[in-house]
Amino acid sequence: MAGFHGGRLPLPQSGLDAEFWSTQGSNLTLAAVAIIAFIAVVALVMFGADLVRGKARDKVQLVVLITPVLVLLGVGLVYPALDTVWLSFTEIVKEPDPVTGINTESVNFVGLANYTYAFTDPTMLRTILNTLVWIVMVPLLSTAVGLAYAVFIDRAKGEKALKSLVFMPMAISFVGASVIWGSIMYDFNETGEQTGMLNAFLGTLGIDPINFLAAEPWNTLFLIVILAWIQTGFAMVIISAAIKGVPPEINEAASLDGANAWERFWHITIPSIRGTLVVVMTTITIATLKVYDIVRTLTQGRYNTDVVANKMYVLGFVEQREPLGAALAVILFVFVIPIVVYNVRSLQKVKETR
Amino acid sequence: MTTPAPAIPDETASPKKTKAQKAKENLTSPWATGAAIIIAALWTIPTIGLFMTSLVPGEQYRTESWWNVTFNGDLTFENFGQVLFDSFGDSSNAPPLLGNLINSIVVTVPTVVFPLVIGLMAAYAFAWIPFRGSNFLFVFIFALQVVPLQLALIPLLKLLGPEGIGIAGQFPGVWVAHTIFAMPLAVFLLHNFIAQIPSDIIEAARVDGASHTQIFFRVIIPLSLPAIASLAIFQFLWVWNDLLVSAVFGGIKTYPLTYPISNLAGDYGATAYLVPPAAFISMVIPLIVFFSLQRYFVRGLLAGSTKG
Repeated sequence: MAGFHGGRLPLPQSGLDAEFWSTQGSNLTLAAVAIIAFIAVVALVMFGADLVRGKARDKVQLVVLITPVLVLLGVGLVYPALDTVWLSFTEIVKEPDPVTGINTESVNFVGLANYTYAFTDPTMLRTILNTLVWIVMVPLLSTAVGLAYAVFIDRAKGEKALKSLVFMPMAISFVGASVIWGSIMYDFNETGEQTGMLNAFLGTLGIDPINFLAAEPWNTLFLIVILAWIQTGFAMVIISAAIKGVPPEINEAASLDGANAWERFWHITIPSIRGTLVVVMTTITIATLKVYDIVRTLTQGRYNTDVVANKMYVLGFVEQREPLGAALAVILFVFVIPIVVYNVRSLQKVKETR
Repeated sequence: MTTPAPAIPDETASPKKTKAQKAKENLTSPWATGAAIIIAALWTIPTIGLFMTSLVPGEQYRTESWWNVTFNGDLTFENFGQVLFDSFGDSSNAPPLLGNLINSIVVTVPTVVFPLVIGLMAAYAFAWIPFRGSNFLFVFIFALQVVPLQLALIPLLKLLGPEGIGIAGQFPGVWVAHTIFAMPLAVFLLHNFIAQIPSDIIEAARVDGASHTQIFFRVIIPLSLPAIASLAIFQFLWVWNDLLVSAVFGGIKTYPLTYPISNLAGDYGATAYLVPPAAFISMVIPLIVFFSLQRYFVRGLLAGSTKG
């Protein structure tokens, strides 16, 4: 095998020939040209709108400023979302035309059939249940550990560096984090030495190695740990800022009244940062719903670990069962509606107080 | 929040001492310190383990742990060279990752610029130009932040695909998709910042006869640089680390680093030893960006998620 040290063969470097470099070069050029052209067009339109004189000028400029965003979101997000909702009530039938023999697609309205299937088929049901476990566990774990860490290191020496350590996984992709946990921590060998760190550790305690990713039903929890590992840094940074916003006088007064650290935490810190905790939990919940990378990278949904976001991708883009995938996407959306309502309400409250 | 503390005149005489005492109290609680150390270790060791495993020679990957290989002195940097320049995959003629690394750059850089510019324009309009429906539209865009992008994938792919404008599978398709999905957060985050610019500055410019275009270029952009930096880092990390959008809207010629790594990671075959070095390579640039610009990243997080 090429690349092993010792037995390296003078392989023709398949990818890195002249063609490779010319393709990559033109791709990079394409990106640069796209950026320059984009900025030039925006500047031209903006300054063009500045040439308008009189009362119309403000209106023209307003239109220039908000049209791009409205078009992008209308065409790219709102219309597709509505289309997905419609798609979820249909089925696509492909059959050859009796005369020409050419495959034709017909779209039939089937009402709630896709939803009925999603909530009765055992694999689909398992997928939905797994997702619910994710959206309960990930926010709880990340917020609890993030809160604990923020409190422990508050005003400690080297607080900034200590924060960076826990915050760092935020910069790592879900794919990268999956590799870190799947290949380094959870690795399992049926025979011989355990090269995974967790199984090696268990070995020193005299415990038999565990095939973490295949061990039902706990494997879902082991996958959840990966996302919690990423999101804890987010929770910690936000919570830490909120803790610093609690007026120190309250803590001092309580301490003089004889309250110990534990009592001050429960009666002062927690009530003061309740709003922040809610924001952190909802943000992490939303992030959790959308995650498909971890499951796709590590188990592809095997061993009963599938989640809605991954199943939706497989149905929609691999198995060509778009309507069912659409139904799952809508179910995903229904899960977040309460959060949307809550967030919009609190935004309006903030706007009123401004 | 400005809840005044109950005044206890005779005992608040030496605030400095109390502060020092408290710091000491925090540090001297052995449980807290111990727990903090354990958490810090658990959050760091896996990444260190990944780096060390990247250095394990292929033929020892299945049988030897990285700490044993380290003790034996067999660590090698060769894996990095192999995945970047030789081949990454099940067969020896699988293309190396250098192409995907360049793809990641080609995908990421434009998709940082586009949403920033469009978002800035809209954020200024929503913050400083009163118009009918402004409030409703802003709240609507804000609400879109929460809509799972999965809801839009299938129809948007049809719009951008061969039945539509035919840019799916190529870089422009990926750029457009990423730009669309970035808009809600971009508008919201930049609006939060731009709305806080003192109104005297904007009003003075208006009284002087400055148009919106002039204010946008001369006032808004220079004053929003910290917010621009925050959003740029966010967007950079999000796009660089993305798998879903690239998998759906990209193609064999545009796949970024995450795509081949994710494919091979679930394989557990003879080439499994190539996965850790590849994952580490994919993390180098975001980690550099992250550590050098962490301040702006944190500021963006705080602006995006502390409402009131």
